[in-house]
Amino acid sequence: MSGFFKSSIGRKYAMALSAFFLMFFLLQHFAINILSVFSPDAFNEASHFMGTFWAVQYVLQPVLIFGVIYHFVMGFILEAKNRSARVKKYAKNNGAANSSWMSRNMIYSGLAILAFLVLHFIDFWLPEINTKFIDGDMTGLLPNGEGFRYYEELAHKFENPLRVGAYVIAFIFLSLHLMHGFSSAFQSAGATSMRKEKLQLFAKVYSILLPLGFIFIALFHHFNHH
Amino acid sequence: MNLTLKIWRQSNAQATGKMVDYKVTEISEHMSFLEMMDVLNEQLINSGEEPVAFDHDCREGICGMCSMFINGEAHGPDRGVTTCQLHMRMFKDGDTITIEPFRAKAFPVIKDLVVDRGAFDRIQHAGGYISVNTSGNTQDANGTPISKHAADEAMDAATCIGCGACVASCKNASAMLFVGAKVSQYALLPQGQVEAVDRVKNMVAQMDLEGFGNCTNTGACEVECPKGISLENIARMNREFLSANVKG
Repeated sequence: MSGFFKSSIGRKYAMALSAFFLMFFLLQHFAINILSVFSPDAFNEASHFMGTFWAVQYVLQPVLIFGVIYHFVMGFILEAKNRSARVKKYAKNNGAANSSWMSRNMIYSGLAILAFLVLHFIDFWLPEINTKFIDGDMTGLLPNGEGFRYYEELAHKFENPLRVGAYVIAFIFLSLHLMHGFSSAFQSAGATSMRKEKLQLFAKVYSILLPLGFIFIALFHHFNHH
Repeated sequence: MNLTLKIWRQSNAQATGKMVDYKVTEISEHMSFLEMMDVLNEQLINSGEEPVAFDHDCREGICGMCSMFINGEAHGPDRGVTTCQLHMRMFKDGDTITIEPFRAKAFPVIKDLVVDRGAFDRIQHAGGYISVNTSGNTQDANGTPISKHAADEAMDAATCIGCGACVASCKNASAMLFVGAKVSQYALLPQGQVEAVDRVKNMVAQMDLEGFGNCTNTGACEVECPKGISLENIARMNREFLSANVKG
């Protein structure tokens, strides 16, 4: 396998594998977030488990961080290489005649998602790490000690309409990214079954419904508190 | 019909080159695109100017020599045809047509619309063949049973004429449809199995060496390919490449 991941096809596999991992993570993230709409208690329980269970914190979280960084860095490396493969651009190039907007602009939808991730990390991840590992408070309780803090923190974050707007826009870009990325990952991994209508349909449902679900959660908490 | 042509003119590989406007008149809608170019060139020769250099050979859509990027698409706006089989009925009187060479770092311009597609030849030399002993003990080809499905798919892959439209159309100037087709036509047949591991590894290594970009599955190549080579061939090449690397 030496040199496999340095080859063009090896890198395609690596991009596809990290994409599969991230798409599975998104599904899991959504499954927990949607609990906040139906049951704050269930959301609190799930969040506390994810935030304190050692296997999640010390095994899955580092893998996730590596997966995210790898997908972005390799995405940028491949984009730079691809751009250098055509030094002189066409005077007239009708890309819309043969390919989708989403497929031609993965770098831009990806950059929008990266910008969102920075905001998301500042909003949730950094305060969480600060509370748990800097302040050493692993209880997950509110300052007054009356119940878990997770639902309160989530609801509070979505009071600001600017933040909600930024989240909605980011999820639209996520949807555009997934519309090409989902089927592309299967094609890169060598799947021929992408031709089958069922998998194509599943790709569409996933790339539209999942971001829509996240948008629903953000809007729900925004209007629930006004 | 009367047309305005915007054509890339470049006197040699080192020259800078630029788009130049030309007018052609009384073009018949029944002419092929290359015949229209012949009319322009006659006009240029008669007025003492340098004719536009372009590649062509069979003019019946099978040799893969003609290679123009017309109005933003490889081989122009029609589907399943090479430039020589593109007819002027696809255009309207008064149209402005932009004509450029296939652009990729791996396809350097030699002159005007002629590019060097030697990179494809070097990829083929790296493994796009089977070694058959012709010393007198050659097996009868019909003696090896091959399923109709595999034979059809191999034949579909083998219809690639190596014109380079896939590279020209791809936003990344990737050659993976071409290499995928050349790998597939042997991977699907028993005769190709003996050298399968080395073939895909060597051809992909050569493809990377030539400076083509990476495939991002936009599918533009499949749409613009005059022979309708399917993206399935890229997926098959990926599987072959993974399997070859696992086998060592």
